[in-house]
Order: sequence, then C-alpha cells, then structure tokens
Amino acid sequence: MSLIKHIQPTVVSLAVFTVLFGGLYPLATTAIVQTAFPDKAQGSLIRDGQTVIGSRLIGQNFTQPQYLWGRLSATGPAPYNAAASSGSNYGVNNPALIEAAKARRDALNLTGPVPVDLLTASGSGLDPHISPAAAAVQVPRIAATRHIPQQRVRDAIAAATQTPDFGVLGEARVNVLEVNLRLDGRLK
Amino acid sequence: MFLGITSAGWLQLVLFMAALTALAVPLGGYVARVLSGQRNLLSPVIKPVEGLIYTMGDVRPDQDMTWTDYATAVILFSFGGFILLFGLLLTQGFLPLNPQHLPNLTPDLAFNTAVSFVTNTNWQSYAGEATLSYFSQMVGLTVQNFVSAAVGIAVLAALIRGLTGQTTDKLGNFWVDLVRIHLYILLPLALIVAVALSSQGVIQTFVSYVTAHTLEGPHQTLALGPVASQEAIKMLGTNGGGFFNTNSAHPFENPTPLSNLIEMLSILLIPAALCFTFGQMIGERRQGIAIFAAMTLVFVPLTAACIGLEQAGNPHLTTIGSDSATNMEGKETRFGIANSAIWATATTAASNGSVNAMHDSFTPLGGLIPMILMQFGEVIYGGVGSGLYGMLVFVILTVFIAGLMVGRTPEYLGKKIGAFEIKMASMAVLLPCALVLICTAVAVLTPWGQAGIYNPGAQGFSEVLYAFTSAANNNGSAFAGLSANTPFYNSLLGLCMLFGRFFVLLPVLAIAGSLAAKRTVPASSGTLPTHTPLFVVFLIGVIVLVGVLTYAPALALGPVIEHLNLIKG
Repeated sequence: MSLIKHIQPTVVSLAVFTVLFGGLYPLATTAIVQTAFPDKAQGSLIRDGQTVIGSRLIGQNFTQPQYLWGRLSATGPAPYNAAASSGSNYGVNNPALIEAAKARRDALNLTGPVPVDLLTASGSGLDPHISPAAAAVQVPRIAATRHIPQQRVRDAIAAATQTPDFGVLGEARVNVLEVNLRLDGRLK
Repeated sequence: MFLGITSAGWLQLVLFMAALTALAVPLGGYVARVLSGQRNLLSPVIKPVEGLIYTMGDVRPDQDMTWTDYATAVILFSFGGFILLFGLLLTQGFLPLNPQHLPNLTPDLAFNTAVSFVTNTNWQSYAGEATLSYFSQMVGLTVQNFVSAAVGIAVLAALIRGLTGQTTDKLGNFWVDLVRIHLYILLPLALIVAVALSSQGVIQTFVSYVTAHTLEGPHQTLALGPVASQEAIKMLGTNGGGFFNTNSAHPFENPTPLSNLIEMLSILLIPAALCFTFGQMIGERRQGIAIFAAMTLVFVPLTAACIGLEQAGNPHLTTIGSDSATNMEGKETRFGIANSAIWATATTAASNGSVNAMHDSFTPLGGLIPMILMQFGEVIYGGVGSGLYGMLVFVILTVFIAGLMVGRTPEYLGKKIGAFEIKMASMAVLLPCALVLICTAVAVLTPWGQAGIYNPGAQGFSEVLYAFTSAANNNGSAFAGLSANTPFYNSLLGLCMLFGRFFVLLPVLAIAGSLAAKRTVPASSGTLPTHTPLFVVFLIGVIVLVGVLTYAPALALGPVIEHLNLIKG
C-alpha cells in the first residue's frame, strides 16, 4: 500500500527539516551576523551611557515645537508603538484620512503648502524618516522655539540626511530622531 | 517625466528588471542540474548529508514514482507539516523561546495560520510581534517557509518529467526532489540573503523586547527577534508572511532602499529562474525564454501603470493644502512611490504576498493592479514552482484553443493534448476563480463577513474581494483594513487556501502522469510552434481574457466605483 510506505519518509523528513531550518539555519545566521554586524543585528540601538534611548531605524513620536516632527503614525493605542506596527489602512476616499491630514496641517500652521509626507501616515507606523522638504519647512518653528539661529537647525538636518542609495535607489531622507538628538546635544 | 513617472522611477524599474534577468539565467541553469541529479558545485559537501537523510527515511533514491504515488507523498508530507505547525501554535505558551509570554493561539487562528504556511500562502491573520513567540516564528513558520516552497518546485519537476518522459508512468522520486531542492537551492540562497539583509540592519537576536527611554513622552517598547533568517526565506520561497505585523514596511524587516532591492529581487528570483530551468530540462531553451517573455510582457506594463497611478495620487490631499497629491499614505519615506509600486506588483505577480506599503491605502486603480495580477491565477512568474506549473496549464489551454481555431490536434512539446489534459487544466484554472467569487458573495451577504469591513463604500467591498482573491490564489497579501482574525474569516479563508493549493496541484500532477505515458511525436509542418512571438501574444491573450472575463463585474463594483468617487471629488 503506497500510503503506508510514505509514512516513514514523511516523519523523518519533517524531523530533519525542522532541526535544520528551525534550529541550525537560524542559529548559524545568528552566529554569522552577530559576529559580522553586531550593532545592526541587535537593532541599531542608540544608547546614552547604559540607557537605550531608541533605535536609528525606528521613529519616535514628536509633538513638541522644539523638535522635528515625523510622519503620522497609525499604531495603537499610541503613535509609534514599536511593539505593534500598523498602517492606517485608510482608503483614498475615507473621511478619516482627510481629517487626520487636516489636523496635522493645522498643527503645523505653515503659510505655504505642506509636504505630503507630513500629512500622511507611514506603512509601518514607525517610519524613522521624512523628506528633506518636510524637514526644511519646520526649521523656522524649531529655531524660534529654541532661540537658536536657523542655520544650526539646518546643520543638524544636513548631518542626518541621506541621499538615495548609490544615487538611484529609494528616496532622499532625513532621520528625524537623529536630528532631534543633535539639537539636544546628545549626538555628536 | 514620462507617463507621469519620474525618471528616477523609470531608472529603478529598468535596473530591477535587468538585475532580475541577469541573476535568473545562471540560477535557472544551476537548478536544472540539481533537479536532474547532476553533479554540481555543492555536491562534495552536500552529497553525504543527502545520503544520510535517505538512509534514515528508508528512501530508495533510484525508485521513481507514478503520478498517484507522487501525489500521495505530497499530500501526506503537507498534512504532516500542517499537524506539526497547528500543534505548535496551539501550545506555544508552554514552549521555550517565548520571552514576551505570548499565549496559545485560538484554534481558528492556529488553523488559518497553519494552512496559510503549509499552502505557501502566508496570509496574515496573526500580528507577528503581538501574537507569535520566537519559537513559533523559527521552528514553526521558518520551517514551513522552506518546505512549502520546495513542494512547489518538486511538483514542477514532476510536470517537466511528464512532458519529457517517453511512454513511462514514472515522474521521479518526491523525497529525492524535496531533499535536493532544500539542500542545494533554498538553504544556500537563504543564508546568502539573510547575511546580506543583516548588513543593512535587519535584526537577528533572541533577547526579549527592549524598552527605549524616548526623547519625548512615554517609553517605547522595541519588538525584536530572529528576523533576518526568516526574512530571507520568506522572500525567496514566495511565502511573504511577515515577522512583524506590517511585514516589509517595518524598518527591522526592510531598513534601507538596498535591502528593499535585495528583497524585491528575492521575490521573483526563483520563479523567473525556473523558466530557464524548464527550457534547459526539456532541451529547448527557447521554450523557456518564450514563457519568461510572456510573464515579463504582462509584468512591466502593469508595474509602470501602478507607479504612474500612485504618483498621480489622491487629489483630496491637494485640496486641503498639500504640496502634491502623491499617494504617500501607507508608504515609507525611504522607499517612496516607485519602490512601493514595484514591490506591490512583484509581490502579487509572484504569489509572495509580502508588502512594503499598505495596499488598502493605494489609489483605487493602483490597488486594482495587484488584485488583477493575483486574479490571473498567480502565473506571472507566480509562486516558486506553482507559478510555472500554473503557467504551463495556461500554455496547454492556449495550444488547445489555437488547435480548435485551425482545426488540428493540439500538441505541446510533441505531446498530444487530449480531453483528459484539458479537463484537468480547466479545473486548475476555474476552481480558484469560483472560490473567489462565491466566497466574496457569501462574505458580503452575511453579518459575519460584513463585520470585518473597515473602509466605507466600495473600498469595503474591495477589501473582501481582495482577501478571497489572495487566499484562493495562495498569495497572502491583504487590503489589511479588513479584520480577518474572526472565526468566520479564519475558517473560510483557510478553506480557500487549501482548495486553491491542492486542487491546482493535483490536476497538474494528473496531467504530468497522463503526458508521461504518451509518445513524443516529431514536429511537422502542421505543428503550432510554441516559442514564437505570435504564440507569446496568444498566451498572454488567453491569460488576460480568462482573468478579465471572470472578474470584470466584481472589479467594477469595487475599485472602479471607488475610482469614480475619487475623481468626482
């Protein structure tokens, strides 16, 4: 009977593949990358002394005027919840999408048009970046709140700006947390 | 700007296709050597391990199987994998490597998730970081990411042997195919990709979630885990089930544009390479090239259209003071429009189903494109193995229809196509269509189905249509506003995934068995050549016609109405 003769290979192959791909493969990967890129494998964490203050890759929620603000975040119960990533999933005609964008527009209180990435929620809810244009429009507010020259804010932004990878891949972007750490003098 | 797409967008699309083709051709040759049992680069290292597994499993590698035998082994192996994963998910609370003390899954969620991974669908009713322990992710999901992919390639190998076999009833040995695909193809590729991704910042750690003392306000808990190892095979095996809820939009799964390129290439790499494997194994490379050309000619225009539609975006945004209508809702800054749209089409052309942007927030027509790519039956590259065997089913239908038009007996690669093959091919093509339309109707007509809808209006209907399209075609992506983690959706979507996988796979094996028994007849002046541009166009025509005729009414009720609502303002 053909069913019976397949039982042993089924059991053995599932056992072997479970050990190999569920155990040895992830452990081997861990051994290699924890040796080669320990900082990245552990989450690109930023520390102040012994205290973890965030990850370079994970955005934080900024609402105070002296800080650069990032993308909207739709995670619950609070924005930028890095233990429960989520997008808004609003469709283009969902009134809630427009309400959220209007609320952000009013909070920014700019004279000109608002860069679109400041009015929309990111896919992960944890986007660490905004566009250079979205950073530039916030310079006057930050400088005025901190009573510092606008050029110092621009320098902090420039130091945290990346161009597209190899000049072509992806978009130019500003790391919001890095800018704010520089403004606070906690990152040189 | 050309067709509303920036020059950077075009450049990235061209680069992506060039890199994909450059990698797929050599890999295809290597896979052909592996599947034919020829010696290769890795043989000295792997051959002894291979032999050891055969000894333990009491497998006689030289003993080939009939199609029913091969099918029995596939079913038994998949069923065993399902039981293992189902049991593990039901008991994860008692198992190790669970630093967050996450509880056991409910039975309906465990059923849905186990079916989802065994069928290579990877629909996410679960929310990775909030539902699954490190043990479940690693020993449960990662293992099925490998083996469900290998099963797809094995079935394809059996079909190719059916096409080349001469009056035989043997299609190869499933266990040998399975072991060789794992050890020679999937494992080495996964290791390379995992390390490459980690160099970009994809995490790989076993420590518990870290608390960060943020600059402003409350603490932030950073979910961590062994992500890189799972991410690599998730992409390569066209699986797509995310370690985190937001999948490859999450910076720990996909931190940079370069990691994004590596992951997008990994989605289509093996499915594209298998076209060249096919050409080599049947001894006529141009047949493989013709199929690759047909896939590419559907993929590239739809991808360009998707980029253009997302770039044109949402006019509501400019009316309230935005500097552009570009649809950045649900998209990450580092990827922008082009990389989000290329990903969306690649992940749905292949049956990958991972996302780097939220498809529910795409423009209505921009979101229609991923949906129709799935509705074509996941044959535009498609899943590993399953994409090409699905495509070959369409090829058989195409030679049949062409044969009817010119009044000749249809044949493919010298094999006469008879009534049995056409019955099986029709079943493989039509069953997923029926599942999608019937289940969508059931869901929108019942309170349990309506309860999960998130967005108002036509977009809500699209969420349901997308979900069943994704499940029955084994894709796994979602219009994620839909609350699918309910007993109703978990069960119905689970059944769609099961039927969508095995009621395509079994007819394909039956076709393989039937073709193997036939003699190859030499080509004559009456033979329709299947490597010509004319045939490529005809093949595309059949695929598009079946897809559009089946789904046009449903698409009109969802994305098309939503689009009309958008432009009327």
